[in-house]
Amino acid sequence: MTATLGYYPGCSQTGTAAEYDISTRACMAALGIESADVPDWTCCGSTPAHTVDHFLAGALAARNLTQARKAGFSRVATPCPSCLSALRTADARLAEPAYKAEVERLLGHPAPEHVDAVSTMQAIWEQAGAEGVRAHVKKPLTGLRVACYYGCILNRPPDLMAFDDPENPVVMDELLRACGAEIVDFPFKTECCGAAFAMPKLNIMTRLSGRILDMARKCGADCVAVACPLCQMNLDLRQGQVNAATGNDLRLPVPYFTQLMALALGLPDESVRLDKLVRPLEPALEAARARASKPAAGGVAPKEAKTCA
Amino acid sequence: MRIGVMICHCGNNIAATVDVEAVAAAAREFPDVVFATDHMYACSDPGQKTLEQTIRDLKLDGVVVASCSPRMHEVTFRRAVERAGLNRYMFEMANIREHVAWISLDRKRNTEKATDLVRMAVEKLRHDRPLTPKSFDVQKRVLIVGGGVAGIQAALDCADGGLDVVLVERKASIGGLMSQFDKTFPTIDCSVCVLGPKMVDAGQNPRITLHALSEVDEVSGYVGNFEVKIKKHATYVDWSKCTGCGACQEKCPSKKVPDAFNENVSLTTAIGIPFPQAIPKRATINAAYCLKLTKGKCGACEKVCPTGAIAYDMTDEVVTEKVGAIIVATGIDLFDHRKCGEYGAGRYPDVVTSIAYERMLSASGPTAGHIKRPSDGREPKTVVFISCVGSRDRSLNRPYCSGFCCMYTAKQAILTRDHIPDSRAYVFYMDIRANGKGYEEFVRRAQEEYGVEYVRGRVAQIHPDPETGKLIVRGADTLLGRQVEVAADLVVLAVGAEASHGAPELAEKLRISYDAYGFFMESHPKLRPVETNTVGVFLAGACQGPKDIPASVAQASAAAGKVLGLLSKDKLESDPQIAQVAANRCIGCGKCERTCPFGAIRMRELRDGSKRAEVVETVCQGCGICSVTCPVRAIQLQNFTDSQLLAEVNALCRTWDETTES
Repeated sequence: MTATLGYYPGCSQTGTAAEYDISTRACMAALGIESADVPDWTCCGSTPAHTVDHFLAGALAARNLTQARKAGFSRVATPCPSCLSALRTADARLAEPAYKAEVERLLGHPAPEHVDAVSTMQAIWEQAGAEGVRAHVKKPLTGLRVACYYGCILNRPPDLMAFDDPENPVVMDELLRACGAEIVDFPFKTECCGAAFAMPKLNIMTRLSGRILDMARKCGADCVAVACPLCQMNLDLRQGQVNAATGNDLRLPVPYFTQLMALALGLPDESVRLDKLVRPLEPALEAARARASKPAAGGVAPKEAKTCA
Repeated sequence: MRIGVMICHCGNNIAATVDVEAVAAAAREFPDVVFATDHMYACSDPGQKTLEQTIRDLKLDGVVVASCSPRMHEVTFRRAVERAGLNRYMFEMANIREHVAWISLDRKRNTEKATDLVRMAVEKLRHDRPLTPKSFDVQKRVLIVGGGVAGIQAALDCADGGLDVVLVERKASIGGLMSQFDKTFPTIDCSVCVLGPKMVDAGQNPRITLHALSEVDEVSGYVGNFEVKIKKHATYVDWSKCTGCGACQEKCPSKKVPDAFNENVSLTTAIGIPFPQAIPKRATINAAYCLKLTKGKCGACEKVCPTGAIAYDMTDEVVTEKVGAIIVATGIDLFDHRKCGEYGAGRYPDVVTSIAYERMLSASGPTAGHIKRPSDGREPKTVVFISCVGSRDRSLNRPYCSGFCCMYTAKQAILTRDHIPDSRAYVFYMDIRANGKGYEEFVRRAQEEYGVEYVRGRVAQIHPDPETGKLIVRGADTLLGRQVEVAADLVVLAVGAEASHGAPELAEKLRISYDAYGFFMESHPKLRPVETNTVGVFLAGACQGPKDIPASVAQASAAAGKVLGLLSKDKLESDPQIAQVAANRCIGCGKCERTCPFGAIRMRELRDGSKRAEVVETVCQGCGICSVTCPVRAIQLQNFTDSQLLAEVNALCRTWDETTES
């Protein structure tokens, strides 16, 4: 059977976020979600394009939607929220005749028909769901306390993204709960990490990412699960810079949610690629194992202990 | 036939974009028109005098006035025509203001269209016949829907004026939102202390029949003679026996029922009286929680009731009341803050609505007037108020200002500082709207005398701090141009007004209009604020739009005044513009009977067994549906007969022919 779902990796999945790409593909395959790469895909335009020229941003994204259509995909999944935002924005704005005309001029060919771009999280949720994941779990993440951090654009703006709750998203929570993890009540699920400000104005990033990491610590999380390559970089690679700026000494692992899922699904190391993380996950897994082996040791159940209200 | 035509300038409203003199000149050429003129203001006294004088001098049979919408001045001109000795239905109006002058600046084409409309009106008038209204008796009783402060006030005023009143309240007690308030602004007087006497009066007045826990099921009839079916929900207690002693409430073992009167901040029993001042002071069983009704066992209340009032087998009952007029006073609901994810969407127990906080402040409330936060019962030391929750927010489809939240927020902040002197109160606001008597001064007192800290800006997020248990309120201070965070113990959301649930359905039953948000539409926003477009149905209070207590009470008295005026007459005149059956044409198919939405047509059997349709004149509303349903054109709507409408169409089409030819 040929796949009906196109897979658009996005540039960072070929470099800094290779482990996101690898673990996403591995999880989807393990869960029986068939997909095939959009052939000859190119950069979605990302932040640089739309900060300079909205038509250029539209054309760069539309080129990839055209590639998807040519390959017969009416639905495309991408792991990267920024790519998703670019693809969905272009697709929505192509409904405006004036915008479409200018994009077509830049493309040199007619704009593609409507393509439903979704996150790989959404594809996993809709095609496997918590039950589907639970059925495939081989090594449950018992005892692992996870703060699920969705980032600010995965579900927003709500009218455009049209998936999950924009203020209190729950899909990652449910997927990782199905993997046996213990999900902490994390209030900063959709806070901004500082994003690309890490380059021009570091102190914005360190303040915002510092707040997220500190909240995860307060909530008693062993790790912060993420869904965005840029969030992951700020929280993990730049955790030292954050610590330096905030005076903290946090050592919080920041795996992609798909890496945690891949672990639970019992996939081999080369499909999980924990070695790519700057802050190693092992101490968190160690803590989880210790907790799982003597459940009553902590006294009250952690969920009650860390109830926020 | 001798017809006169008057073209109105309406100052510059019409004359600026229509050549009124040219329209008058054209009208002089129309058949039967013996006189045509233009006038600066046809509706003015000189305008009407000219009209009357011309009718007498030229012995006119009918008049056309081309001016504004008939909704403005049709009545004015019909009266003028009548004063000059003509039948009031020998008058036609052409709307050349709203339908012409106000919608286009093209003077040439406007003039052509105005001429067409006048030609159509003249042709219709040539087919008009004098009609005579009939008079009918009126019911000197009024139905008031909703027993909040507006409904109570309207009921008392109507009863005082000598009318019998039927007061219908959806809940188990009258009193409405005002009975839940602790204090009222800007005087800080006890809400239920000022409302209570009125509630007692309404309960004891012999002219007022109170149906509590009841809803309007069906409305038929017309002004002067409405027939209303009222569904009385089962209370499972015989109120004619219940003395309101409260013994049942003490013994009821089902004690985990959310207390709706206390906004579910506390629990109550399955049987009971909603609050101490309730009117009627009678017990009601909450069927969803009663052990006897849900599981078939218990019966504690039945054993303890000294008067044997408990009736587990009670069912809903429908009663019919005949009334001459209806006042709608169904009030408002408050915005459901669970739609606001940024404020926790109801997940945080210490984020409460303003109405729940009102109950927490009240001495008869769940915390006996001591402010305690719901999560742990501790006294909050920092309370943050957020205004405009569900008001002035286009993203929530609530673009309107609710009007009273600024004031009650100031009141609640003052009371907070009063109850807990070492507390801090913050108000996040967009603008302060304090445009009532003594209101601005009141807000100033909150700020200056009580030290309430006002922060101009919206709150972006509320999240709990896992370590301190406090709620971190993050927002903008747009005056200082920076972000602020307040660690609060309690957050109060100033939820705005929205239309009462079921308001559109009630409007359909009453055949009145409602706006996009479900608020009932007044007949004219400035000049007919308590009337609706259905004669005999009036509005009082916040069901027409968000209002505070003084405005609601004022509108209630206004509506009562209108009803007393209407029902001061012994007889009312019926509109003769109703359906009429030509018995010689009727084939008795009965289609009209089935299609009439008002039940105004019945089939009459003749001696030979055949049937003929018959219109019940007092019930017919003149909608014309029967007329278009009749396969043999036997039913005609008077003043809108086929020949009259076709005359208009022919006049219009003839003009088109001429235009296309030229």
